[in-house]
Amino acid sequence: MKKTLTTASVLAGLIISFAVTANSNGIHLDHSNADINDQKSLQNGAQLFMDYCSGCHSISLMRYNRIGEDLNIPAADVRKNLIFGDGKIGDRITSSLSKKGAEAWFGTTPPDLSLVSRSKGGDWIYTYLRSFYADKSRPFGVNNSVLKNASMPDALWDLKQRKSSAEFDNDVKDIVNFLNYVSEPARLVRVDLGYKVLGFLLVLLILSYLLKKEYWKDVKYGKWKAKS
Amino acid sequence: MDNNKNWIDQRFPLTKVWNEHLAEYYTPRNFNFWYFFGSLAILMLVMQIVTGIFLAMHFKPDAATAFASVEYIMRDVSWGWLIRYLHSTGASAFFIVIYLHMYRGLLYGSYKSPRELIWILGMVLYIALMAEAFMGYVLPWGQMSYWGAQVIISLFGSVPYIGHDLLIWILGDYAVGDPALNRFFSLHVIALPLILAVLVFLHIVALHTVGSNNPDGVEIKSNKDKDGIPKDGIPFHPYYSVKDIVGVVVFLMLFSAVVFFAPTLNGYFLESANFVEANPLKTPDHIAPLWYLTPFYSVLRAIPPMFGSQFPGVIGMFSALLILLALPWLDRSKVKSIRYRSAPYKYALGIFVLSFVYLGYLGMQPVTPTNALLARIFTATYFGFFILMPWFTSIGKTKQVPERVTGK
Repeated sequence: MKKTLTTASVLAGLIISFAVTANSNGIHLDHSNADINDQKSLQNGAQLFMDYCSGCHSISLMRYNRIGEDLNIPAADVRKNLIFGDGKIGDRITSSLSKKGAEAWFGTTPPDLSLVSRSKGGDWIYTYLRSFYADKSRPFGVNNSVLKNASMPDALWDLKQRKSSAEFDNDVKDIVNFLNYVSEPARLVRVDLGYKVLGFLLVLLILSYLLKKEYWKDVKYGKWKAKS
Repeated sequence: MDNNKNWIDQRFPLTKVWNEHLAEYYTPRNFNFWYFFGSLAILMLVMQIVTGIFLAMHFKPDAATAFASVEYIMRDVSWGWLIRYLHSTGASAFFIVIYLHMYRGLLYGSYKSPRELIWILGMVLYIALMAEAFMGYVLPWGQMSYWGAQVIISLFGSVPYIGHDLLIWILGDYAVGDPALNRFFSLHVIALPLILAVLVFLHIVALHTVGSNNPDGVEIKSNKDKDGIPKDGIPFHPYYSVKDIVGVVVFLMLFSAVVFFAPTLNGYFLESANFVEANPLKTPDHIAPLWYLTPFYSVLRAIPPMFGSQFPGVIGMFSALLILLALPWLDRSKVKSIRYRSAPYKYALGIFVLSFVYLGYLGMQPVTPTNALLARIFTATYFGFFILMPWFTSIGKTKQVPERVTGK
C-alpha cells in the first residue's frame, strides 16, 4: 500500500510538473463556450459562414446536403439560403474566388476552413475574429492581435457595426460552433454513442466479474484438481 | 461432435494444441494486475489489424489524395470515423499496454534465465512495433506526418560514407514524397504486420515452453505433485481466460472513453498540426514525434554533434533501444522478483523509470538550455541503469525467496 502511494505521488508530481511547463504559447485565448448540441446556434453559424466567409474561404471537405441533414435544414432552404451561384445540393462547398484573383488582392490564397477548428482550436478562431483593430499601415486598414499582420480584412466589420457587443460575440460563437461541427461532423453522434458503449461495457463488466468469481472459488478454497 | 473431433484429430492435432496451450497449460495461480497486459497486447494487435483492413479499403496511398482520403473516411464512409479513431487511439493504447508489459518484466525479473529468449523476441517485437507505428503515422499525410518522417528518415543520411545514397534508396527520392508514402503504406499494411504476427507466435511458443514467471519469481515447475502437475499451477483455461475477460472489459472502458470523448487526447494521440495537409514548403514551428517515440528522440537530441556529424546522436538513440536486449546478462542478481530484491536495485529501477518518463516528456518539448541539460542528465541515468547493473544487482542484501508462491 505504501509503495502504491509512493508511486502514485511520484506520477502525480510528474503530471503536475508537465502541466505547469506546458502551454506557454503567450497569447491569451477567450473561451467561445460553443455547444455542438445547440442546433439553433449551428444553423445560425452556417448562415453567417455562407454570408460572410464563403466568398473567399472554401470548406471543401463538406457537402451542402450533409449540412442540411445534420443541422435539420430542409433541402429547399439549403438551396435558397446557403447555396450561392449555381452549386448543386450534393456539391462540395468551394469558394468562387479564383486563385489568381486571391493572390492579387490578398497576397495569398485564403485557406480552406474544413479543419481549421482542429488545427487551430475553436477558441483561437473565436478570439481571432474578435481581435481586429484599426492599423493604417496595413493594406485593409486593420491588423489582428492574435495573428500579427494577418492578410485577411475584418470580414465581420459590418456585423460588428450593426449589433451590440454581446450579440456580436454570440454570432462569432455561432460561427465557431459551425466550424467545430464542420471539422468533425461525427462529433454530433460520437459522445452520445460513447455513453451507450460505456453502459454496455459496464453490464459486461459486472457479468464477467461474477463469472470470474465463480470460477476462482475453486482456486481460493484449494478445490481445484487436475483432470486425471 | 466427438466423431467430428476424432476426424480432425486424426488429421490435425487440435485437441493436443488446445490442451497444451490452454486447458492443460499450467499457469502460476498468483498473477496480479501486471499480468493483464500480455493478453491486452494481443487484443490490441487484433484490433489494429481488423480496423486497419477496413481503413485500407478506403485510404489512398498517394501524396495528392492521401490527406483527403483520410477525411473522406472520417466523413463519408459509414462508421469510418469510429474505425479511424479505434485505429489511431489503438496505436497509442498498444504502446501503453506494451510499456506496462515490459515494466512488468523489469519488476519481476521475467527476462532472467530461462526466459532470455522470450525477452529478446519481445524486444524485437517492440522495435518492429515502433517501425510499424512510425510508418503508420506518415500515412495521413498531415504536416506532422510529413515533417516527422523528414526528421527521422534524414537520420539515415548521417551514416558516414553511405548516408546520402542510403537516404535516396530509402525514400526513392531526394526528400519525403509520393514514393516514400507509397512504400511506407506497403510496409505498414503487409511487411511489418506479417513480421509482428510471426514474432508474436514465436514469443508465445517460447513462453509456453518454459512457462510463465510470476510476482514471486518462483519456478512453479520445481514443485510438482505425483501426476507431474505444478502444485501452484492452474490451467490457463478456464481460470485465466475468465480473469482476462475482466481485464479486457476494464481496458475497453478506458479505451472507449478516449475514443468517444477525447480521440485526440489533447494532441497526445492525434496532433493538431496533423490536421493540416503536408506542405513541403512550410516547416512547422515545432516538430515532435508521437509520445511513444519521444524518449528515444530525446536521447538523439541530447547527444551533441561530433566532427560536424549527427551520427553520434543516431548511435546513441539506437543504443538506447538495443541495450535492452542485453538485460538478461547484465542482471547478476540471484533473485528475480522486486519483492525479494536488494535495496540498490529498487532505487536504480526507480531512477530508470523516472529517466525514461522524463526523457519522453522532454522529447515533446522544444529544446531550451534547461531542457537540453535535463535531457543529458536523464540520458546519462538511462544508460547508467544498464551499465552499472552488473554492479548494483550484485550488492545489497536480498530477501529469502519462498519455496512456493505466496498469496491466496
